[in-house]
Amino acid sequence: MRTAYLSALYDLSKTNKDVLALISDNGAIVYDKYRQDFPDQFINYGISEANMVASAAGLASCGKIPFAYTISPFLTMRAFEFVRNDVCLQNQNVKLVGTGAGFVYSSLGPTHHATEDLAVMRVLPNLTIFSPASPMEVRKATVRAAEIKGPVYIRLGTNKEPEIYEDDYDFVPGKGVTLQEGKDITLVSTGSIVFDVLQAAKELQQEGISARVINIHTIKPLDEDILLKAVRETHVIMTIEEHSIIGGLGSAAAEVILENGADACVFERMGLRDKFCKGYGSHKDLKEMNGLSKEDIKNRAKALLKKKETISYALK
Amino acid sequence: MERQLDDISKELRKKIFKMIYQAGGGHIAPSLSIIEILTALYFGGVMKYDAKNPHWEDRDRFVLSKGHASAALFSVLAQAGYFESKILDTYCKKGSILGGHPDMHKVPGVEASTGALGHGFLYASGMALAGKLNRKDYRVFALLGDGECQEGSIWEAALFAAQQKLGNLTVIVDYNKLQAMDRLENIIGLEPFENKWRAFGWDVVEVDGHDTGSLVKALGENTSADAVPKVVIAHTTKGKGISFMENVPIWHYRMPNEEEMKMVFHELDITLEELTN
Repeated sequence: MRTAYLSALYDLSKTNKDVLALISDNGAIVYDKYRQDFPDQFINYGISEANMVASAAGLASCGKIPFAYTISPFLTMRAFEFVRNDVCLQNQNVKLVGTGAGFVYSSLGPTHHATEDLAVMRVLPNLTIFSPASPMEVRKATVRAAEIKGPVYIRLGTNKEPEIYEDDYDFVPGKGVTLQEGKDITLVSTGSIVFDVLQAAKELQQEGISARVINIHTIKPLDEDILLKAVRETHVIMTIEEHSIIGGLGSAAAEVILENGADACVFERMGLRDKFCKGYGSHKDLKEMNGLSKEDIKNRAKALLKKKETISYALK
Repeated sequence: MERQLDDISKELRKKIFKMIYQAGGGHIAPSLSIIEILTALYFGGVMKYDAKNPHWEDRDRFVLSKGHASAALFSVLAQAGYFESKILDTYCKKGSILGGHPDMHKVPGVEASTGALGHGFLYASGMALAGKLNRKDYRVFALLGDGECQEGSIWEAALFAAQQKLGNLTVIVDYNKLQAMDRLENIIGLEPFENKWRAFGWDVVEVDGHDTGSLVKALGENTSADAVPKVVIAHTTKGKGISFMENVPIWHYRMPNEEEMKMVFHELDITLEELTN
């Protein structure tokens, strides 16, 4: 995802000299080519995220289009009040790009994990939030972010995410993507874990369970229609995210579903259940240790379908 | 010119007091300490601006980092012609564009919505950097409170502006030595303040913050060949112009009682009729 982002940013910067790459001393090697080819568009703020964010707002107020990039918790939480007051309140054309979505920086530990970023960013007015699932989606989201006149947060993973789309994929901000049709249950997800959800859905298929898979790449504005349609058609919704179950995709979906009459829905959120991510190891190891492996997704889906049977009297 | 600037300052003090009096409360003392600084900037020939064209691309930019002194900024912007003076009477009232902290989307001439301390300076440094990148020759000014310099973000921006050689950026610190609860030195002192800025790579000028002549001179073009940013440490008196407020921390946010009002009338040369009109 990081390479896809940088390649998109590189192309944008070539054609639009107002596009700037702001970093706070991370991405030494990955930015080498950018730095070499666009020295006047590259600014390293050093280890001072608050300054980078507020300064980006000042740059934007003078016509620049800064892409401020760093590890997500430092960008979204260390600098949060600067994001709120300088970027969002003043509605400045700043793109905030956080790397290390979820716990992809596995062994670096919870300080470097982004497991509450969607929750804190989602409350901010004027902010668009992209949480892409694959390198191609990152590339397209980056281009779209530059077209939006206003603040955007892009949540990136790192570099090893598999591609889930064909070349002709059309990224439309605010529109969820049905990756697989299904009628028994809908799995709603975001970010790189969408790949695991897809795999889980394919395996469920072999067990005779028809699971719909929806990728919500735009957390805000949220595609309410695709969720409500899934409620009407499958009655069982499970959200899966590499994030706390509080405040992220699951919360956003729950709000929409409840406000629109949830009497026909069995609902569950999968994610970190009010806990920090635990353990060291690979990204895959951590998903297993924190209840978010492909097997966990399958098991929870099956359990949820059982739950549906026990309360089916309540469902139309 | 000094005499003229002092006359303007005197009138602005009355206006500010009236605004806050009619609003029923506000930051009087922190507004009174910066009048001469704003007067020097806007009416002393320091800043280039066009009040009829507030978004003029080549204008100098001023950011009130200590946004709680909004009454002072609004009175100056009205005086400069950004909006009609009668709008000042609506300060902090229902339906007004003028609030306790400035809103850049509502008030012509306000460059940044400030209020939370430790923000405006950072924002201003971005404006200065944009000026450099866009090869514009405008200047950017940011006015900081001294208490505000206890915020860590201020020093992030100080390092950054020096590193980027933002010679088009001038910071002014309203060094009245008081914060909301007490004197700075009894809470988190800043001394040796001048040395701190120098150590961070800034040109430092110290000046009497109520002497408009010295201010105009200090705020003049940055002549440093290395394009080092400049900080003007303006030694000021919090509550300047109302004797019982001067240098008394409690007046950071407080209204005078009836007895005290009599002194205000006398010292600001203002009548109750003028205040309530």
